[in-house]
Amino acid sequence: MSLWRLITREILYRKLNFALAVLSVLVAAGCLVAELTLLRSHDLQTAAILAQKEAEVAARMKQVEEETAARMRQVEDDYRKIALKLGFNILILPKDQNLSDLYADDFASRYMPEDYVERLARAGVVTINHLLPSLQQKLKWPEQERTIILMGVRGEVPILHQVPKKPLLQPVPPGTVVVGHELHRSLKLKKGDRIKLLGREFTVHQLQPERGNKDDITLWINLREAQELLDRPGQINAILALECNCSDDRLAKVREEIAGILPDTQVIEFASQALTRAEARNRAAALAQQERAEAAALAAKILDDEKTARARLRQEQEAFAHVLVPLVLAGCIVWIGVLAFNNVRERQVEIGILRALGLRAGHVFALFLTKAVLVGLVGAAIGYLAGSLIGTYWGEAPAGVRFDPSLLVLVLAAAPVLAALASWVPALLAARQDPAVVLREE
Amino acid sequence: MLSGEKATTPAEEQPLLEVRHLSKSYRGPKGMVRALDGMSLTVGAGEFVAVQGPSGCGKTTLLLAAGGLLRPDQGQVLVAGRDLYALSDEERARFRAATIGFVFQQFHLVPYLSVLDNVRAPALALKTANARQRAEQLIETFGLTHRRHHVPAELSTGERQRTALARALLNRPKLLLADEPTGNLDRESGQAVLGYLAEFARDGGAVLLATHDPRAAEFAHRIIPMEPAAWTASATEGSR
Repeated sequence: MSLWRLITREILYRKLNFALAVLSVLVAAGCLVAELTLLRSHDLQTAAILAQKEAEVAARMKQVEEETAARMRQVEDDYRKIALKLGFNILILPKDQNLSDLYADDFASRYMPEDYVERLARAGVVTINHLLPSLQQKLKWPEQERTIILMGVRGEVPILHQVPKKPLLQPVPPGTVVVGHELHRSLKLKKGDRIKLLGREFTVHQLQPERGNKDDITLWINLREAQELLDRPGQINAILALECNCSDDRLAKVREEIAGILPDTQVIEFASQALTRAEARNRAAALAQQERAEAAALAAKILDDEKTARARLRQEQEAFAHVLVPLVLAGCIVWIGVLAFNNVRERQVEIGILRALGLRAGHVFALFLTKAVLVGLVGAAIGYLAGSLIGTYWGEAPAGVRFDPSLLVLVLAAAPVLAALASWVPALLAARQDPAVVLREE
Repeated sequence: MLSGEKATTPAEEQPLLEVRHLSKSYRGPKGMVRALDGMSLTVGAGEFVAVQGPSGCGKTTLLLAAGGLLRPDQGQVLVAGRDLYALSDEERARFRAATIGFVFQQFHLVPYLSVLDNVRAPALALKTANARQRAEQLIETFGLTHRRHHVPAELSTGERQRTALARALLNRPKLLLADEPTGNLDRESGQAVLGYLAEFARDGGAVLLATHDPRAAEFAHRIIPMEPAAWTASATEGSR
């Protein structure tokens, strides 16, 4: 004869009491497991949805990339074709300018009066559209100890008798400077910064994008200020004329027209189609970049919206679980306690007689507590099965997540402890019961 | 031999049970009720003593106190020379399991245990060697072999009382306390139970029987009459 046999026989004898207690644990464990399974299945579903969305977005981005690349090629080709039909750019230089020096130094070293450009504009020249006078010089920037090209510009000079066109180049306001890419990148300059050049302070007006040529080490300032700094009042060393309108033997016609107006100058063609192609590539690339950025932003927004929606749904489920699970647990603990009290009351005589037979208080305590642990174990096992099935049935879990062994361990460990705690006081009362009181009354 | 002990003749050794000046009162609805008032008695090994008296005279109180289940207000209970109430609760329970057997009028069998398990129940308290074998033997002695797997509800009252008696004897007690064991039995069964008690005493055990069954006189060595409260008796008073 063992306590275990006594417990199991009593359970079989008072099936209803045991069944109700097990049911109570089953409800609590089932509720907990179902909630956790629901949350887990929600997480899995969220991961699956997000993975699917990410795959869709990646596919869409790839498609955008391909479409953009195709469009970019198309745009570039279009620009190339357009450039073929375009006019070209010319550079008007002082007649005594050695072209070898020009190509070697990247700037003209001879000077001509600034009013040449005025004369050209007033003459109503017809073969060119834009006139851009400049004074440029390669020099050592003493404040930063680096070589730069300083270019003084005054913007575009309007040509008489021509319909005003949108200017290709804006003038640089006095006191300000436009900085080439390599310079502002290496000096970490921002718009609005103050820099010193040849002892004079300038405010950074604009930062140029990367061009991959001498423009990247160029500082553009107002022509008047450049003339003052370089001590070349009223002088320039080049006039850039853009979009020359000629088709056959075009350079000869331009040269002829300009020589008639400015006999002390020479005219050379200046990087016309290369510039146009580069510009075409840049614009196409910018367009592609913009499209990619827009597509990426849209994709990120779609993913973010999905994540937010899923997170909100999980929060709602969690909030519900935070209320429901403790309530059910508390209710079940109270219910197990009540059932244990009833069991003790029902078995008063039995406890009395067992004490009379020599069983100690500890035996009686163990009798009730072991039964509670058994109730916890059985209830937890069935509750785990029930909760897992409910959680899977109601949840969004993909197949294969129905049973979580860690949850089984959790409820198998927690339920007996809680059941034992709930039965602690009744078991203590049973152990402390005076057997004489019952036996005398019987 | 029911006790499993070597047979001795009455009062040839020190008393197995010695009750000295036992008093016990209960709180009742109209104040304190005195159940025992300075009661003294002794029961020697091999002696069968019956206390007789009307209901409420304190017979059950005497038996519970003698069995170490009810601490008296005053007085001492010595069993085999040990003062029961000088022992701790744990020691007293262990001592009770090893030394004292109880038989009650209501049998008090555990309703969900079979006859065999009921008889084996005292082994829960004391790891009795060969408890199952001993239980089977007692069941056979009390003519319950055919009922050994039946639960109490399936037994006659006589069978129940015999089961209770077998249970009381499992741990080979020296002292048997029987509270109206024939109260719910027919004449024949009552006679048999008293016979078993007498046999236990003959085998060297001590029996203290609380009863108002007149047939007890046929079996007990001594009859001690009890009156409600204020009654005292010594071991030497009243004899068969």
